[in-house]
Amino acid sequence: MVKRLLAFALVLLTAASAAPQEDWIRTGTGLGQEKVRLAAPEFQLAFGGTPQSDTLRKVFSDTLWNDLENAGIFDMVSKSFYPLSQPARPADVVLDAWRNPPPNAGMLAFGNLGVSQDQLVVKGWLYDVKNDASPQVLAKQYSEAATTENARRIAHRFANEIIFRLGGGLPGIAESKIFFISNRSGHKEVWAMDYDGEGQRQLTRSGSIALSPRVSPDGGRVAFTSFAGGGVELAMYSMELGRLVSFPRYGGTNASPAWSPDGTKLAFSSSMRGDPEIFVAEASGASPKRLTAFRGPDISPAWNPKSGSQIAFVSGRSGLPQIYIMDADGANVQRLTDGGYAVSPSWSPNGQFLAFAWNRKYGPGAPGGQDIYLMDIATKQWVQLTRAGNNDSPSWSPDGRHIVFQSSRKGGQQIWSMLADGSQQRPLTASGSNTQPNWSWK
Amino acid sequence: MAKTRKWTTLALALAVILTLGACKKKEAPPTPPPPPPAPAPTASLSANPNVIEPEQSTTLSWRTENATDVSLEGMGTVEANGSRSVTPSGSTTYRLIAKGPGGTQEATARVTVTAPSAGPMTSAGDEEMFAQNVKDVFFDYDSYDIRSDAARQIAANARFLAQHPNMRFLIEGHCDERGSTEYNLGLGDNRASSVKEALVRAGVSADRVKTISFGKEKPFCTESNEQCWQQNRRGHFVFQR
Repeated sequence: MVKRLLAFALVLLTAASAAPQEDWIRTGTGLGQEKVRLAAPEFQLAFGGTPQSDTLRKVFSDTLWNDLENAGIFDMVSKSFYPLSQPARPADVVLDAWRNPPPNAGMLAFGNLGVSQDQLVVKGWLYDVKNDASPQVLAKQYSEAATTENARRIAHRFANEIIFRLGGGLPGIAESKIFFISNRSGHKEVWAMDYDGEGQRQLTRSGSIALSPRVSPDGGRVAFTSFAGGGVELAMYSMELGRLVSFPRYGGTNASPAWSPDGTKLAFSSSMRGDPEIFVAEASGASPKRLTAFRGPDISPAWNPKSGSQIAFVSGRSGLPQIYIMDADGANVQRLTDGGYAVSPSWSPNGQFLAFAWNRKYGPGAPGGQDIYLMDIATKQWVQLTRAGNNDSPSWSPDGRHIVFQSSRKGGQQIWSMLADGSQQRPLTASGSNTQPNWSWK
Repeated sequence: MAKTRKWTTLALALAVILTLGACKKKEAPPTPPPPPPAPAPTASLSANPNVIEPEQSTTLSWRTENATDVSLEGMGTVEANGSRSVTPSGSTTYRLIAKGPGGTQEATARVTVTAPSAGPMTSAGDEEMFAQNVKDVFFDYDSYDIRSDAARQIAANARFLAQHPNMRFLIEGHCDERGSTEYNLGLGDNRASSVKEALVRAGVSADRVKTISFGKEKPFCTESNEQCWQQNRRGHFVFQR
């Protein structure tokens, strides 16, 4: 009887504390499940320290920690709980010291690094500290030229290995890239950066206006909208060649390219025949075919990356812009949003959700903000993910656990990322105006 | 039996203590929603035309919402929505003040009075003549429909263009800063096309006209208010050599 009453009291307590999170949607990507408690002590120096190895060790450790924390599937054990002596190699590990309180860890990532003859050598292990018999889950060794960039790259790779093992077999995103538009050079150009905001670099140098960058599924090309040359035309940047490659000019306004998941086709908006409609062409730009035929803007197509058989888009056919989906041949058009101002759809990698920007109270004089929302396409249930400033251009990470977007919440436009449940919102850019992020496919 | 009752009482007490204790300890319980504040008043004011010659008059039009006291600076209290003809002696900025329980909102409209024209004999170049006679047209929010004021302006532009059949020009479609970059590119395209179609209906040959959409990429005005947004929702005429 005591037990039953206690259990009842506990249920009450749980219900009370769970109430504020009523609008939770399961993303089916491991978010929201019980998180693994992971300890990741600083990697130790393999041998004597030098200023260079100290720097690389800090870059490596910070990058690894950030990757694991940002993954969204770990409960990172605070460093203040760690035992005083930290392991450099398996022989140093005392399992009890990690699995018992205060660390109370389930998993332990540790290792060492050293620089010899300008090579950075990193050895990393992942241990299941509750498994006395065979605790080792992973053992990895990396060797690259000793640069900070490589220290970051190795940390990303090791983090990806850990995330792949412990995150339900979904590859980690630590080596993915984000493409975006920045005006830092004085003109809007296409830029790229690592997924964590490191390594920001300018790609195009047109001295005009570039918009809507979309990287191809294989990462080899970036399609975008360009005002260079006097029109509004699609343009293609080759990552391999480091320059623009030729793409047909259609005339009219050509905007918002979107790659089919097999990389063979591009959907985009074009007014080449008078009114902005959705077209699909070969990836080379050849033989564009019109899919929509309504007066008013039809723009911002996004393919279903899972099936490749549907396209979401924005249409002003009924007044304020709304989100629609249709088959990839233009049939079965279906409206998803029920009002307000809804734009910029991005389809989740598992095909289940659309992320988009929505101002539900849009109108003259209406002070409402534009926020990022998530909609379950099958049920049309939606949940609001942001609640500050004006937010736009959401784009999914390849693992479907993260969303990158632009926000004006701190003044100006900057690029932010968050977990797909709206938690862990953080800025990735700080200088200039940065907009229209697009996450790579892998 | 007595023992069971004792246990029950104890357990109940424990449950109550746990519940109350937990409630107290919880940091910052969600505050109950405050009573909805009085809606802030809105105000918009425009002058049509906003560029006039000396001794011409122009019409001020205004709209407000949620305001109990609406006044035009220098002219006193006015109705909530209305219009009035004014004949300023020089360039003037008119100010509309809307006060309500939710606060105060102001809107301004500037009327430019041009210098007296130098007479019909000026030997202005084509580009200058074009700029003096072919005026931009403006759009409602999220709309590419030609308003009545825009229709009158397009008719005037068409009359001038009929007299100068060799002039070629570009119509730029522009949008205000609200909403997405991509959607506004489409909307600007529709705006430029609407203006072109209206000109063609008025007899201007289509092959003299090019169009381009700048979406919200090249605003004429960068403040975040209706006055400025109205300036940016436009079809802009550019002379082409």
